[in-house]
Amino acid sequence: MNGNGNGSSLGKAPIKVRLATTSLAGCFGCHMSFLDMDEKLFELADMVEFDRSPFTDIKHCGPCDIALIEGGVCNSENVHVLRELRANAKILVAVGACAINGGVPALRNRLKIGDILNQVYRSDAGEVQIPNDPELPAALDKVYPINEIVRVDYFLPGCPPSGDAIWKYLTDLILGRVPRLEPQLLHYD
Amino acid sequence: MSALETAAAPQTLRRIAIEPVTRVEGHGKVTILLDEDNKIHQVRLHIVEFRGFEAFIEGRPYWEVPVTVQRLCGICPVSHLLAATKAMDLIAGFGPLTTTAEKLRRLLHYGQIVQSHALHFFHLSSPDLLLGFASEVAKRNIVGVAGAYPDLARQGVLTRKFGQEIIRHISGKRIHGTGVIPGGMNKALTQGERDELRNEIDGIIQWSREAVGLIKQLHETEPEFYNSFGESRANMMGLVDENGALDFYHGGLRARDADGGPIFDHADYATYRTLLQEDIKPWSYMKFPHIRTLGADNGWYRVGPLARIQICDRLTTPLAEAERQSFIAFNGGKPAHGALLFHWARMIEMLHAAELARDLLDDPDILGTHLMADKGDRREEAVGVIEAPRGTLFHHYRVADNDLVTYCNLIVSTTNNNHAMNESIRSVATQHLTGHEITEGLLNHIEIAIRAYDPCLSCATHAIGQMPLEVELLDAEGALVSRGRKNFAG
Repeated sequence: MNGNGNGSSLGKAPIKVRLATTSLAGCFGCHMSFLDMDEKLFELADMVEFDRSPFTDIKHCGPCDIALIEGGVCNSENVHVLRELRANAKILVAVGACAINGGVPALRNRLKIGDILNQVYRSDAGEVQIPNDPELPAALDKVYPINEIVRVDYFLPGCPPSGDAIWKYLTDLILGRVPRLEPQLLHYD
Repeated sequence: MSALETAAAPQTLRRIAIEPVTRVEGHGKVTILLDEDNKIHQVRLHIVEFRGFEAFIEGRPYWEVPVTVQRLCGICPVSHLLAATKAMDLIAGFGPLTTTAEKLRRLLHYGQIVQSHALHFFHLSSPDLLLGFASEVAKRNIVGVAGAYPDLARQGVLTRKFGQEIIRHISGKRIHGTGVIPGGMNKALTQGERDELRNEIDGIIQWSREAVGLIKQLHETEPEFYNSFGESRANMMGLVDENGALDFYHGGLRARDADGGPIFDHADYATYRTLLQEDIKPWSYMKFPHIRTLGADNGWYRVGPLARIQICDRLTTPLAEAERQSFIAFNGGKPAHGALLFHWARMIEMLHAAELARDLLDDPDILGTHLMADKGDRREEAVGVIEAPRGTLFHHYRVADNDLVTYCNLIVSTTNNNHAMNESIRSVATQHLTGHEITEGLLNHIEIAIRAYDPCLSCATHAIGQMPLEVELLDAEGALVSRGRKNFAG
């Protein structure tokens, strides 16, 4: 890991790796898979400290080593959050099917966003009332993979990648190895 | 329209946003409008993402739908898998499920309730309850809890793991598995898998009892605070079986008013359209359902653990029912409506689900191999409903003769709670924020009320928006971080 010593066991290094995570247009399943590391979470907590993440109350990202991104990009807010993490992270990782290729939310890409809104926000009486408050971010025309918005350093496939795959990937990276997933950890469903 | 939903003159007020709301699943944002004296005039929880599942499911083959719609939510994918498949059982023309298939589905569902409730309590909410509502931001998370209460954090992580392992054994994967198909199940549980789960279940039941004990102990330290925090008197709704006991998997709909009086009972959930109506407000992508006969102003309601354990006549397992009696007794038998009481109710349900899982693991039927129902005539339209961890979940489909979906309507648990959550945060704003210098710790009070509902903003964004909670945010010194936008919409 950059900036964390010269090849010693970083698991015991005094400087912890700083890790940010976020979920964009996803289902939170990749974050749940992160928690599927189970007891290993306590070992991970000895090696990393969290920055912005749904698991913490840090609302905006500071400089960090690794950013894990779940979900594709479906609205203006996703774009802002993704750029914030890219600007702050040395290594940015697309985690799961949605971040890598848009995933299930991108099934809407064959339809026009205006048509979808008209359909979903039609009342029983047939009246259309699409939420339009300035507090609501604008939906994009399509759901985009994150590499169409920012540079991505690694892609971690799966829907979601298993807890074991996330553990192997992160520990490889933190301990200075080339991240490598064995075939049984590499899957796309 | 309730007080504090819409300010009379928003252009004269300043805005604070909590954006994003954290330690909830998915995206939410809260905005608060207040005047020069910090008197609060408007509080709103916005769901800010829209995804449009209901629209793009149309045109897909029906047999693909259960595994597609479970991608609405990675926290409770099993809920969507089951609700969608219940509808597709009927559409595909299957008769009653085989005994083993229904029991496997129930075991899968109980495993999910254990993992989801454990996740919510230990990983997401316990930092507030154990470390303090206004404790240090950097430590107010599960890692902070693990530092201060290592044994408790470990129990929480392992309880969730157990629920996930039930799911993996039955559906093949911890998240987004298969297993459940129209007409039944596609895999039997092996004896080895059953034994592995059976060996651990007694320990999980014991930890669940301790978790109920912990939240009771917290309640006893400050009962007035726990009873009144984020209180909003709401109607309540959930599924009960034919005897009035809570049933997470199947039953009739029961609704009670805030005093426990009847609204409807044992209603056929396929008629939900005649019972409920969804309203749209311009400031949130999440719709606002209400009980049709009571109208929008009085008909909003609460679902999930706090509603379920107070409207059912009993829980069918002894340890959980004893705890439910103890819960009912603390308020003299009257329904209680404080947001923090959700945690207590949720842990009672976790205990209940663990006991139900044990009973099924002891049941020889669970190892049966007759998994598919007999097939009869197809039908065009069906509704599937279950009690998801967060509350009542509705899936409604129409499918044409060519197997393609022509209509889809979903009311997810969190949508049912939309108005009630908004009322709870307005209650917290009135109780704790108005007239005070707004600090980060006070803003966390708002988030704590939202968290208590365990909202799934991932699910709630199914329409086409995510459901971020935004509240305007101040930094640690009390300075306003963001005041760029004002909310003029009514």
